[in-house]
Amino acid sequence: MDLGLFYLLAVLSLASAVGVVGQRNPTYSAFALIVTLCSLSGIYGLMGSPFIAALQIVVYAGAIMVLFLFVLMLLNVKREAAGEGPGRVLRGVAVALASLFAVQVGVVLAGLNVRRGPAPGFDASTRRMAETLFSLPFLYVFEATSILILAALVGAVVLAKKEP
Amino acid sequence: MNIPAEHALLLSLALFTIGTLGVFLRRNIITVFMCIELMLNAVNLAFITFSRAIGTLDGQVLVFFVMVVAAAEASVGLAIVIAVHRHKDTLDVDALSIMKW
Repeated sequence: MDLGLFYLLAVLSLASAVGVVGQRNPTYSAFALIVTLCSLSGIYGLMGSPFIAALQIVVYAGAIMVLFLFVLMLLNVKREAAGEGPGRVLRGVAVALASLFAVQVGVVLAGLNVRRGPAPGFDASTRRMAETLFSLPFLYVFEATSILILAALVGAVVLAKKEP
Repeated sequence: MNIPAEHALLLSLALFTIGTLGVFLRRNIITVFMCIELMLNAVNLAFITFSRAIGTLDGQVLVFFVMVVAAAEASVGLAIVIAVHRHKDTLDVDALSIMKW
């Protein structure tokens, strides 16, 4: 049951990822990416990480993709013309490089000895996540991210501001 | 709960490769951005899988930080896209070659 749902979500995420890359209209790409993000959230839930699954929906599919769609509508982006894009040779080089990468990492993954199921005693509930996140090694990093977010906020306002 | 870790890692690899292809092939700067988000998500999936197989929560916490950085990166990047569109009136990455000699 769980296994079938995992494969269904995996196929869905792969198909919509191909949709993100294959579309010429960026708005359709954005909607396909939302489907990918939601199916990945389902996979996280199946793998016993409910906190990350909820975060994936709230932060990625919610906040970040809404930001993308805002900018797409603000700029009134048109679809790419058919003739645009890299030539045949460059396109072939791109596909060759990507497949080379996939084969290399695939060989490494094939030689890896990963446990099939969850490790015994694995518990990624929200309570355990909070205990890890707010305890010492990660506490400083957590505080540093708040400064990062503040800097990004100020930077975004300054960059997108109309010049006087 | 018996999801094989190898298949989750293969899914992560496939998503990352599709994202790489998109960065190579697409010309619209916003689509290139979305492909980078796709690659970040593939890495997140690998983190979750290894965290579950090893049994520590460090991978999950790292996914949290990757999400924070992705949010910051998206806001600053899209602000840059708006500024570029205002100056050059195009979003084609091939037209933005002013830093290239």
